[in-house]
Amino acid sequence: MYPAAFDYHRPGSVEEVIQILSDNPEAKIIAGGHSLLPAMKLRLAAPGALVDLGGIDGLTGVAVNGSASIGAMTTYDDAMASDDLAASFAALHEAISHVGDIQVRNRGTIGGSAAHADPAADTTAALVAHGAEFVAQGPNGERTISADDFFVDLFMTALEPEEVLTKINLPAPADNTSSAYKKFAHPASGYPVCGVAAVVTRDGSGNVTAARVVATGSTLTPTRLAGVENAITGTAGDADAVEAAAANASEGVNEWAGDHYASSEYREHLTKVFAKRALNAALGND
Amino acid sequence: MQVSMTVNGQERSGEVEPRTLLVHFLRENLGLTGTHIGCDTSQCGACTIHLNGKAVKSCTVLAVQANGADVTTIEGMAKDGELHPIQEGFWEEHGLQCGYCTPGMIMTTADLLKRNPNPTEAEIRHGIEGNLCRCTGYQHIVKSVQWAADKMAAQSGD
Ligand SMILES: Cc1cc2nc3c(=O)[nH]c(=O)nc-3n(C[C@H](O)[C@H](O)[C@H](O)COP(=O)(O)OP(=O)(O)OC[C@H]3O[C@@H](n4cnc5c(N)ncnc54)[C@H](O)[C@@H]3O)c2cc1C
Ligand code: FES
Ligand code: FES
Repeated sequence: MYPAAFDYHRPGSVEEVIQILSDNPEAKIIAGGHSLLPAMKLRLAAPGALVDLGGIDGLTGVAVNGSASIGAMTTYDDAMASDDLAASFAALHEAISHVGDIQVRNRGTIGGSAAHADPAADTTAALVAHGAEFVAQGPNGERTISADDFFVDLFMTALEPEEVLTKINLPAPADNTSSAYKKFAHPASGYPVCGVAAVVTRDGSGNVTAARVVATGSTLTPTRLAGVENAITGTAGDADAVEAAAANASEGVNEWAGDHYASSEYREHLTKVFAKRALNAALGND
Repeated sequence: MQVSMTVNGQERSGEVEPRTLLVHFLRENLGLTGTHIGCDTSQCGACTIHLNGKAVKSCTVLAVQANGADVTTIEGMAKDGELHPIQEGFWEEHGLQCGYCTPGMIMTTADLLKRNPNPTEAEIRHGIEGNLCRCTGYQHIVKSVQWAADKMAAQSGD
């Protein structure tokens, strides 16, 4: 099926992208195209112009040196190849490896997924759990948006229409930090019905001093499960503590996603189950 | 717009609208109809080709995005009249019935075996999850991939 007709631009710099977007409110960025083109083929989206980021140097690559910096145009596949990312940011690395299939991971980009803000995206939960900072460039220069402010609503981020997400920074994890991502995949589409990313830090005696536990798929935006985070903090992080903490997953969550495949009650339940699994994996409990 | 790319080792070019999908350019402009279209939702994998050496769904790439790229389609797999070992595997192990999914299965398998020359059955099933088959029930496809992996390992040991 053909998308509706559009003009195509392939500029060589971010500045030119911003100029085209500012001049033409009908224009939309295309990165890997793996959310946008399927929507355009079904005519759910019909932008008047596409601005391809594929011709711009410097937007790809993963650099890990305590902290990590991921170019917005880095494909899932290229990010998966980074052993340093796997070692320090396991939740994100695991989430990436669960996205779609080989072909999707070869084209889809980390920045595209974040900018798209699909409520059922895998990597978004992990990015929030790792405390990512989103670097955007726009007509007024560069700004950094924190993970807690970036995802605003379903398919909506804090990015302005003429801003380009250029990179995502992950702060260096504190000593004794570990993380994991666990997902219940929709059997047909592969997208998460519910996914949970957990990042936990322990002190020298093994007690949990900090936790970020974030749900996707079951919620409308990647959502921190404050009840779980608070309950696990200060415990020894053993399986009993995890079981008790995960039971608080509903606390502070106002709305659960639900559709004909999986009701909101069911997804709420899954969130408790997957919060438990993600925490147990992150804490190394069997 | 004018696009040109290397397809199966040859320079090819043509005039396309920006909305032309790569799969349509390959099939309609270049006459390479071995690459199939099986869905409207980017899910079936029948259109899988290699773009700069990696398996991608050519129904979810614009022809203009592939300008200047290196493309391999199923037509580029056999060399000098000899089937590629993956094609041979599908032949030997009955990896197809109607054959509609087969070109895409073979192109994905080629990417999979490049990353993991000796995959387990579970790794094969995981690796081809972006390719749907309505006929075989996958069992013989898995065997075909294993056959191909063995043959390619034997060849590289020669
Ligand atoms: C068959 C299939 C299965 C999939 N399964 C999964 C899955 O299991 N889990 C999952 O998480 N995802 C899945 N996806 C979605 C996939 O991850 C997409 O690739 C990703 O969501 C979007 O990234 P992209 O680079 O393709 O972005 P595009 O499709 O190119 O862009 C998406 C949106 O973001 C905007 N945008 C892109 N980049 C930028 C930028 N740098 N700055 C500002 N705006 C930008 C675009 O304007 C557009 O609105 C699947 C997709 C397909 C086709
Ligand atoms: S035609 Fe079905 S994935 Fe491309
Ligand atoms: S052999 Fe018929 S679809 Fe796979």
